[in-house]
Amino acid sequence: MRILLVEDDRETAAYLVKALKEAGHVPDHAADGEEGAFLAETNRYDVMVVDRMLPKKDGLTLVAEARGKGNDTPVLILSALGQVDDRVTGLRAGGDDYLAKPYAFSELLARVEVLARRRKPGEAETLLRVGDLELDRLSHTVRRAQTPIPLQPREFRLLEYLMKHAGQVVTRTMLLENVWDYHFDPQTNVIDVHISRLRSKVDKGFSETLVHTVRGAGYMIRDSHR
Amino acid sequence: MTAIAKVVRTTAFKLAATYFVVFTVFAVVFVGWISRETDRILTQQVQDSIEAEIGVLADEGLSKGLTGIVAAIEQRSRVPGASLYVIADASGNVVAGNVTEVPSALLQRSGLDPVTIPYKRLEGDSTRHLAMVRVLPLPNGLRMLVGRDVSDIERIRVVVAKAMMIGVGLLIALALLSWFFVSRRVLKRIDQVSATSRRIMDGDLSGRLEVTGTGDEFDRLAASLNAMLDRIEALLSGLKEVSDNIAHDLKTPLTRLRTRVEAALAGPARTDEYRAALEATIEDSDQLIRTFNALLMIARIEAGSPDGAMASINLARVVADVAEFYEPVAEEAEVYLALSLEEPLPMLGSRELISQALGNLVDNAIKYVKTGDEPPAPARVEVTARREGGDIVIQVADNGPGIPASERERVLERFVRLEKSRSQPGSGLGLSLVDAVARLHHGSLSLGDAGPGLVVTLRFPAEG
Repeated sequence: MRILLVEDDRETAAYLVKALKEAGHVPDHAADGEEGAFLAETNRYDVMVVDRMLPKKDGLTLVAEARGKGNDTPVLILSALGQVDDRVTGLRAGGDDYLAKPYAFSELLARVEVLARRRKPGEAETLLRVGDLELDRLSHTVRRAQTPIPLQPREFRLLEYLMKHAGQVVTRTMLLENVWDYHFDPQTNVIDVHISRLRSKVDKGFSETLVHTVRGAGYMIRDSHR
Repeated sequence: MTAIAKVVRTTAFKLAATYFVVFTVFAVVFVGWISRETDRILTQQVQDSIEAEIGVLADEGLSKGLTGIVAAIEQRSRVPGASLYVIADASGNVVAGNVTEVPSALLQRSGLDPVTIPYKRLEGDSTRHLAMVRVLPLPNGLRMLVGRDVSDIERIRVVVAKAMMIGVGLLIALALLSWFFVSRRVLKRIDQVSATSRRIMDGDLSGRLEVTGTGDEFDRLAASLNAMLDRIEALLSGLKEVSDNIAHDLKTPLTRLRTRVEAALAGPARTDEYRAALEATIEDSDQLIRTFNALLMIARIEAGSPDGAMASINLARVVADVAEFYEPVAEEAEVYLALSLEEPLPMLGSRELISQALGNLVDNAIKYVKTGDEPPAPARVEVTARREGGDIVIQVADNGPGIPASERERVLERFVRLEKSRSQPGSGLGLSLVDAVARLHHGSLSLGDAGPGLVVTLRFPAEG
């Protein structure tokens, strides 16, 4: 994946570039807003990762201008300002996701990969399938190997989010934000408990495990046969 | 600036000068108008009575001739307060009448308009009086003068002039007095206010303005300023507390983190040792970030800049969502989580902040319900939300060990963690955050005895 990283802190940028390369991506780095805007205009990227506070041109202006020129590359905004209203301003400027500093690299990587494979709204599938697990978004039913699995509404949304991003790492924070719409840190491992409960319904009694824990990052639903 | 210029620039002087000018102009115009009008009316009256006298004498003259006139004059002169009558010959010698001296030039006047002249009465009168007279020609070169005394008018003029002088003098005195009063009483208090403010600015935050209890504007001003100072003092002490706490609660884990890295570097250069040290370092720094975020958030809420806009929310939904969110955690901890709701519970608030606050309470209850010496069986956490008059009351009650009454106040302070809770993870900021969220929503947080156990009550004003 081609990734544009606009980050003014040399050390952070060098580390991110190295880590993104190790994860199999092709990152370009810009150290200020103007360079970032130039690269965004002259190249096609799969994802742009933009720091909010940048020299020469600030991150939100860069994103808003790119959007104004018809550039619809998914954007992840990085910022030291992590409060909810800062997030709202960031998303309003045209960002697709918002990550507060300091962050774990695994969190950034998971969000970048989800953004890059983001589906267009019109392409939403009504039937999600992972291995022999099926989720029907219209009738709100889940089946595994043709056996219906009764789920609570929130469990359904949790499974839906995981299946929408099948094969991709989904972090606890992403689940918290997208399934529960909470942006605070619940202190306790609440998400892990919810996942284990979902697992007991989806995976228990089946020889193949679909919901996997990715150590130090989050969770992934995946069909190991493919 | 010279001393005089300084005095002139004071508000007291300006006020006094303004009053003085305004009232002087008013007094002069008013008194002047009254005196002019009185003068005009009195003069008119005198003129009218002179005309009347002349009319009567002319009638006498027509019927009885000159002797008739003289006889009438003689008769009329005897009445007390009589008019003036003179009949003189061409050379100015008085033939008949009640006046001793008349300027001879006057008798030659032929005009019909009355004039004012000085005169002396006959009866041994030595003082000169003023009179308004009219001269008429008679046959045989004789001339007749008829007039009335006008001393009264003169006296009134003198009285008015005197009144004017006394009035202006009084106004000057009043102006000086008001200057004195304003500068002494009123401006002194303003000066006191500035002096106190300066003292407060110099760092004595406990200073307050004097409230005299008269309930005047200055008292109200002083009361508002004092309230403002209370708020500033509270904010500053909050700031100081935060920085003290940051110093303590962030430096301790930072020191631990640094020591661990140092120890790893000093120890055997083995990859697994390094890995273990690094993993612990990441955990420590995550905890530091969490504490730091919580501190920032509390500071931000207390400064009154809430996250996201306040919106109309149904608190029953918010409470249900939070309960649902923590339900699996309770189940895993073998705690029964009960929920009882009244619907709907509309209020103006931030779903995010209230969820977080409520999450903290529920999380705490689940964590601590079984920490007593004799854990209850079954352990219960009960969340209720209902309306009480104009308030929405949320309660999180457990049947655990509770908190002794003496320590309930203290746990609301930042970083305070009771001994029992040291074994549980947490920053000690949870309840402070809940308290800050409650106050941001004009609500309150209180801890009570659930007998047995702890009951935490959140009270918010309902909407509508």
